[in-house]
Amino acid sequence: MTAAKNLAACLLMSYALSAGAVEANNHIRVLAASCAACHGSNGNSVGGTPVLAGLDRTYFVTQMMAFRKGDRPSTVMQHHAKGLTEVEIELLADYFAAQPRKASASPMPLNF
Amino acid sequence: MLRRDFLKLVGAGAALGALPQPSWASVTKRIIIIGGGYAGATAAKYLRLWAGEAVEIVLIEQSTTFISCPLSNLVLGGSKKIGDLTFNFSGLDNYHVKRLYAEVTAVDVTKRRIVMDDGDELGYERLIVAPGVDFMWESLPMLQSSDAQQIIPHAWKAGEQTVNLRLQLETMTDGGVFVISIPKAPYRCPPGPYERVSQVAFYLKNYKPKSKIIVLDANPEITSKKSLFTNAWADLYPGMIEYRANSQVMEVDVANRTVKTEFETVKADVLNVIPPQRAGKVAQLAGVANVDKRWCEVDFLTYESKVAPNVHIIGDSVSAALPKSAHMATSQAKVCASAIANLLAGQDPDPQPVFANTCYSYVSDKLAMHVANVYRYDSAKKVMLPADGGGVSDKPSEQEGKFAQAWAKNIWSDVLT
Repeated sequence: MTAAKNLAACLLMSYALSAGAVEANNHIRVLAASCAACHGSNGNSVGGTPVLAGLDRTYFVTQMMAFRKGDRPSTVMQHHAKGLTEVEIELLADYFAAQPRKASASPMPLNF
Repeated sequence: MLRRDFLKLVGAGAALGALPQPSWASVTKRIIIIGGGYAGATAAKYLRLWAGEAVEIVLIEQSTTFISCPLSNLVLGGSKKIGDLTFNFSGLDNYHVKRLYAEVTAVDVTKRRIVMDDGDELGYERLIVAPGVDFMWESLPMLQSSDAQQIIPHAWKAGEQTVNLRLQLETMTDGGVFVISIPKAPYRCPPGPYERVSQVAFYLKNYKPKSKIIVLDANPEITSKKSLFTNAWADLYPGMIEYRANSQVMEVDVANRTVKTEFETVKADVLNVIPPQRAGKVAQLAGVANVDKRWCEVDFLTYESKVAPNVHIIGDSVSAALPKSAHMATSQAKVCASAIANLLAGQDPDPQPVFANTCYSYVSDKLAMHVANVYRYDSAKKVMLPADGGGVSDKPSEQEGKFAQAWAKNIWSDVLT
C-alpha cells in the first residue's frame, strides 16, 4: 500500500514536472524567438550584435542581471532585462546555451 | 481537397522549384496564411518549426516581393535604395511553405474556405490573416484613385510609392515646401511619420537648404519618442521644420497640392498625405474587424479572432494597445504559431506569453534612437501590457544607428531564411 502510494506520488510528480517542462518550453521558445529581431534566429546573429547561441549560461545570467541593475551600461538592453523575471532570464540562459552556433543565412536583396 | 486545389498547389511548387513535400495522403491539416509581410512570413516559418511536417502550410500573397517598411524612410533621406530593402520569398522553401501569388476575394469562416481572384477555392483547418493595414480613402475620397496617389503619394506601404516620393523631393526646387499629413493614432508604425520628417529634413538640409517642412499632425502631440524628435529637429535641422498639432487634413486639392485643415489652407510643392488606416482588406472580408469596423479583436494567447473560430489575426490589423511595428508583428506571429502548434498537438498554449519589441528611428543617415519594451500577458485584463523597465534612448547616436542596421539584417534573416 505504501509502495503503491509512493509510486502514485512519483508518477504524479513526474507528470507535473513534464507538464511544467512543456509549459516552460512553450513560454521560452516564443520569448527567445522574439530576441531574434536583433540577435538572429536562435541567437545566431548575422552581425552587429552579440551571438547568443552557445553562450555560457552563467555569463548570460550575469550580464542580464548587470543590465538590469545598471552595472553594465547599455543603450537598449536594460529596457529588456528589466522587463523579464529572474526565472525567465535563467530559462533564456539555458535555451541559448543549448543552441548550436552556426552561420545564419541572409536573404539577398534584389538591389535594383 | 478539390482537384483544382491540388493542381494549383503542385503548379506553384513546380514553378518555384519543388522541394520534398509531405505526401498528400498523410496531410490532413492545412493552415492558410494570407499576407506575406513580417507577420505572415514569420508565422509560416515558425509554424513549420513548431508544428512539424504533418501540417500543410500555404502562404497567399499578392506580391512576388517582400519590401521592408522598416528602413524605407532612409530611401527618402537618400542613404538607402528601395532595392536594398526588397527580397523574394524563396527562403521559405526551406520550410516547405507552399506559396500562391493571388488575391483573396472571399472568406467563408463557417465553411472554412477562401476564394481567390481566379475563382479557385481552398479549405483550411485554421486561417491566419496577416494583411497589414488598409487605407480609409472614404475619409479622403479625392485621393482614392491611383492617378491621385501618383501626384500625392502616401508612401506608407514601401515600394513604388516610396520611390515616387523620393523623386518628387529630388525634383523640388530649393526653397520649396514639403508638407506631410499624419493621421490620428492608431496607425502603422507610431514613430514612422516623425522619422520621415527627419529623413526629408536630412535630404533638404544637404541639397535644398532654403526649403521648409510643415508637419500637419492630427494628433495633439508627437505620438512616439516625442522629446527625442523635438530635440533632434532643433539640433540637426534648426528653423526648417514647423510642427502643427491637432491639424487633421479634411480636404485635398490634388492638382494644386493644397490641403485644408479645420484651421487653415496649406500649399505644398511636395505633398505626402498618410491616410487614416484600418485592418487590411482580407480582415474586413472575413468579418473579423469587429472593433469599430476597423481593427480585429483577438485572444492574446492564440491570436484567434473573438468573433470567428479558427481564424487568427496577427500584425497591424490587431486591435491592441501594442505598437504596430514589424518586430511586434513577428512576435505576435510567433505566439500564434506556437499556440496553433500546441492546439494541433492537443496541448494548452502558453497561458502567459511574453515578448519583446524594439523599434529604431533614424534622425539622419547615421543617427538613430530606440523605444524598447517587454510585453507581458495580464491574465486579469486578458491583454498584453508593457512590463516595467521599458523606455527610449537618452539621445540619438551613431552606435544606435549601427544597431538599427543590425536589427534590420537580423530580422530579415529571421523572417525570410
